[in-house]
Amino acid sequence: MRYANGGTALTGTYIAERNGMAVVKLDNGYNIGASPEKIELVERPAPQPPAGAGVVVQNPDLPELSIISTGGTIASRVDYRTGAVTSQFSASDILRAIPELGDIARYRDRQIASILSENMRPAIWQELARTIYDEIRHGASGVIVTHGTDTMAYSAAAVRFMLKTPVPVVFVGSQRSADRPSSDNAMNTLCSAAVAAGDLGEVAVVMHATTNDDRCAIHRATRVRKMHTSRRDAFQSMGSAPLGYVDYPSLSVTLSDEAVRRGTEEPRLHDALEERCGLLHFYPGMPPRVLDAFEGYAGLVLSGTGLGHVSTEWIPRLRDMIDGGMTVVMTSQCLHGRVCDRVYNTGRDLLSIGVIEGEDMLPEAALVKLMWVLGNESDPERAGILMQTDLAGEIQRRSI
Amino acid sequence: MDYKELGLKAGIEIHQQLDTAEKLFCRCPTVLRDTAERTGEFYRYLRATASELGEIDRAAEEEMKLVRKFCYYTYDTVCLVEHDEEPPTPMNPEALEVCLTIAKMLGMTPAEQVHTMRKLVIDGSNTSGFQRTALVGLSGALPDGCRIETICLEEEAAQRVEGETFSLDRLGIPLVEITTAPCMHTPEAVQRVAEYIGMVLRSTGRVKRGLGTIRQDINVSIAGGARVEIKGVQELDLIAEVVRREVERQVNLLAIRDELRERGARVDHNVIDVTALFSGTKSSILKKAKAILAIRLCGFAGLVGREIQPGRRLGSEMSDYAKKCGVGGIFHTDELPAYGVTAEEVARLREFVGAAEEDCVVIVAAGRERAGCAVEQVMIRAEMALAGVPEETRKMLEEGSSAYMRPLPGAARMYPETDVFPVDIDEALWESIKVPELLTHRAERFVREFGLDEALARQMAFSERLPTFEAAVAAGVRPTIAARTLLATCRELARDGVAVDRVSEDEILALLSAVEANRAAKEAIPDLLAELARTAGEGAATPQERVDAAIGKLAPAVSQEDVESIVRRVVAEREEFARERGMGALGPLMGVVMQELRGSVDGKVVSETLRRELKRLLA
Repeated sequence: MRYANGGTALTGTYIAERNGMAVVKLDNGYNIGASPEKIELVERPAPQPPAGAGVVVQNPDLPELSIISTGGTIASRVDYRTGAVTSQFSASDILRAIPELGDIARYRDRQIASILSENMRPAIWQELARTIYDEIRHGASGVIVTHGTDTMAYSAAAVRFMLKTPVPVVFVGSQRSADRPSSDNAMNTLCSAAVAAGDLGEVAVVMHATTNDDRCAIHRATRVRKMHTSRRDAFQSMGSAPLGYVDYPSLSVTLSDEAVRRGTEEPRLHDALEERCGLLHFYPGMPPRVLDAFEGYAGLVLSGTGLGHVSTEWIPRLRDMIDGGMTVVMTSQCLHGRVCDRVYNTGRDLLSIGVIEGEDMLPEAALVKLMWVLGNESDPERAGILMQTDLAGEIQRRSI
Repeated sequence: MDYKELGLKAGIEIHQQLDTAEKLFCRCPTVLRDTAERTGEFYRYLRATASELGEIDRAAEEEMKLVRKFCYYTYDTVCLVEHDEEPPTPMNPEALEVCLTIAKMLGMTPAEQVHTMRKLVIDGSNTSGFQRTALVGLSGALPDGCRIETICLEEEAAQRVEGETFSLDRLGIPLVEITTAPCMHTPEAVQRVAEYIGMVLRSTGRVKRGLGTIRQDINVSIAGGARVEIKGVQELDLIAEVVRREVERQVNLLAIRDELRERGARVDHNVIDVTALFSGTKSSILKKAKAILAIRLCGFAGLVGREIQPGRRLGSEMSDYAKKCGVGGIFHTDELPAYGVTAEEVARLREFVGAAEEDCVVIVAAGRERAGCAVEQVMIRAEMALAGVPEETRKMLEEGSSAYMRPLPGAARMYPETDVFPVDIDEALWESIKVPELLTHRAERFVREFGLDEALARQMAFSERLPTFEAAVAAGVRPTIAARTLLATCRELARDGVAVDRVSEDEILALLSAVEANRAAKEAIPDLLAELARTAGEGAATPQERVDAAIGKLAPAVSQEDVESIVRRVVAEREEFARERGMGALGPLMGVVMQELRGSVDGKVVSETLRRELKRLLA
């Protein structure tokens, strides 16, 4: 097209219309916004051939890993013409972008979703757990799940409760998009592949351990939390040390004694979830009528204050809900530490109406666990006991 | 050289740091720090990424031949945005306003809507791996008719400390980039245009001053040559020389090409391992190398070693290309025997690779992989010599010659910065931009309005102390006194070892006002400045209090009666001398009186009193 503005005449390529302005890529590579009436079509460009097709040859002597994609920053590619973010994913795509992966293993890929992780839902967790189970039974020696970082900790915990695995199941994502030369995607993916090909035997999240490109931490799925909105080392193990580290670029994996080893468990799938479970963050002055929104729910996790409190005003309403069959679990918005409702009167009152102390579980892990427990156990009393039993490393007996 | 006949075409890109309170895409101050003040270090790797068409930019790809670990120094004046650990803030409106001001001064048309782009830069100087840049204005004109193509607002890169270590203080300082058309045809014209644009930039009063705050990139080509970009020319005076030397280089490269073609020269792509040949060598570099690889450049003898620019040979260019693979350099037979390599070894080498007399042999000693990469690069550059002058980005060396940096970047290098929203430049904003007076016009006005002489006026207008001067004049200080104090007096004091830079602009302003109010004589200014410099940093007094104290100490107030009595006494003591010289004694006696008064009284008052007294005596 040609662009004429105040004595300036330029040529460039029309990209898109946005908010009434034409986005124009000038021949010098810069984009500018131009009034549509000031541009004129000169020539319609020939359609561009799609980029980077073809299959990458893999080394048959290496163990086979399965890469399951759900979408997210790590798998995203910006369409620079429109500015839209799309997910482009196949084992070949990934190997082309990060060729060093080919030295660790060979890969097969499954794509079960292409969503930003804020759009994650329990139904996709179930499909994810089934897919992983399927991949393990078909011989995958490890599974890598690429996932958006926003809700990765929830998904990893959900899979951990639904699935018993003899091989590593590693969740990985990136905080910087893959189109940036500085993206953490390559190092995170390489480290996750090293873990997936290694000796771990549980579900983990593998992400940068520091702001440096020096090592990734291996976090237990039920004890990990995204603690920063943007830093590379946003993911942290809460209340416990990571299960291990992967050094970069050597990719040598070190596991702690706590980490479950490969082959410890038999593969089993229990994919039932009760989706009617909620998580409520209490704040000063929050009216009890907020609880009405959870009418008909089977379970509710409270993210309470301090040792595990909500206002005493809430007690009558909570009692009604518990009497009506709802399981209510107390956790703490402090995140660090253990709930104890036996110290103060409010806590004792909460216990007396049947609120269950969530021990030192993270609120999000408790929510996912409650969905799983209520999906598999209909008796409220036994469900309560399960909520206080360590099923997947989500509860630690001692705080150290 | 006849530049017209050679078809010289040159254009420049000027990069100027802006003196804004905050950086372009974060809220950090635009201050530079001493690396000793760093609060931490971290390190990263950068990786070339595919563009929307799946291709990797050629300049980026070459940088990626070496996987490099970059280390960054951080400070308490730097935030997570510079760390590439937080998304950028919206574009700094102050920086945009300064950029629009400059655009208006250059007669440019603003973009209706400014879009921020990412320009891939993976040499480590940008933590993100790209530089954010936005086109703000288009198509301006210079007084000599040369055209300005674009003005862009972009972020400054991190400063290299050494090797692969960078300091984050400079990263993100707003920078305007002004690009001219290739409309200059002599080396001198390039320098003139650079000078003019520099003057325009400084006229805003809102650009950073000092070393490294303005940099010129020069684009040069001659007919049959190629467009070459020479980056980072900091000294204005060197610009013409850089252009002259680049023309010389291109002329010589074309001559070499012609000679190569005449000889039927070609590049033998057979890489020969000659490691064993040098097992007993005395050359320390060859001795410790894991592998030594050789290639034969048929018909290149004598030309690889030919000088193409002062201090630079075709071999230097090949060496620059080879260095991209992490080797220290290359050896070629045009310069051997040397560096501990004997004539016998050279003869053996030539024989082993089957080199004829007109062939040049290049060897690289390094690890096997690096050496292999390096000889490939030498072959690429040798092929280019057969084709003529390669398009490339070069860096300036000390005397004005240049060395190869990387290929010219392609269009694949630029893509949208999706984290920053576009900014509309509407009529109202554009209209609200005020165009400041050009410094050249200001100098003319100083001559006209203040009666400064032309040289002083120009010096004052271009000085960093212009704001102090204007403030002083506005406060009623005589322009000549203000200008002389700020320029001549301060410079002379500094030359005499007085730390006059410790005196603040506000103190100078207070001092000039005191002189204007006759509280001290203008002759006392040097002594008072020296006193202020000496006592700088002692106690927390205001500028006015510090000036008062200095005047009180050096020049206690003297009444007209006191002046008259001192004058009378001095004349009486030297009555004989006065009678002998008549009115000619005025000058010498003036010195004696001023010495006694130590600058407490204006010389004009003293001289009038003395003149009166002398007349009375001689009458």
